[in-house]
Amino acid sequence: MLMSNLETVPGYRITKHLGLVSGNTIRAKHVGRDIMAGLKNIVGGEIKGYTELLSEARNEAIARMVQAAEKLGANAVVNVRLSTSAVMAAAAELFAYGTAVVVEVEPDAEAASQNPETV
Amino acid sequence: MEWLNPILQIAIHLILVILGFALGRVRETRHIRSLRQRERQPGPALTNLRRLPDGMRARRTVLCLGSVVIANDYYKAFGASLKHLVGGRLRTLETLLDRGRREAIQRMRHTARAAGAEIVLNVRLETSMVTGREKASGAVEVIAYGTGIITDD
Repeated sequence: MLMSNLETVPGYRITKHLGLVSGNTIRAKHVGRDIMAGLKNIVGGEIKGYTELLSEARNEAIARMVQAAEKLGANAVVNVRLSTSAVMAAAAELFAYGTAVVVEVEPDAEAASQNPETV
Repeated sequence: MEWLNPILQIAIHLILVILGFALGRVRETRHIRSLRQRERQPGPALTNLRRLPDGMRARRTVLCLGSVVIANDYYKAFGASLKHLVGGRLRTLETLLDRGRREAIQRMRHTARAAGAEIVLNVRLETSMVTGREKASGAVEVIAYGTGIITDD
């Protein structure tokens, strides 16, 4: 599955639009990580536990979006957007959305590189 | 013994402020040094333009992502809450977000380079609060993402 956060996939031509697809997941942090994070709030800096937690969750949201796109018969998702929001005191929602499309390799790659936006 | 309680609380607070100041500064200096070093390394060009520069041909694309959750130290959080009384520029938070953003960008750049990308188009940066329980001591998540382009040559 090709993914891009542009309106197109450079080097490819969109032959069919299949509509909006999205994937989300809500993750709560667990107590052990919270204690570590509390300590980090004293010394500052990166909270690795949270970074991992959120990036794992984001990958899952993306995977769900890809699954939805596959179900529609797409081979690419364009204009992918990601967002994070804290929905409760101890939980965050990770959300990924984009447009499922069918693409094929651009025969005239030279023209594509000139202006990938209008392909 | 009742009268000891507030004194104990203030003492703990003071210790945490001093600890935060000392360790926070060391960690910040170390982080900025590591950022500078990584920023100097060769890697893909980054842009928030949406089209490839003329003369570049895309062979493959890959979505590149970098994220980091970063927290303020106790001393800075304390300073920021004091600053709230008078308002104005919160320099400590500025440096925190700057560090987070640079770190996220470097991580995105790292994934882009690992994938063999020449350039990353349409780079987006997003910031969100992930812990909102306490006033100033929350942590922020910064993500950077864009479309990495692997060129023909």
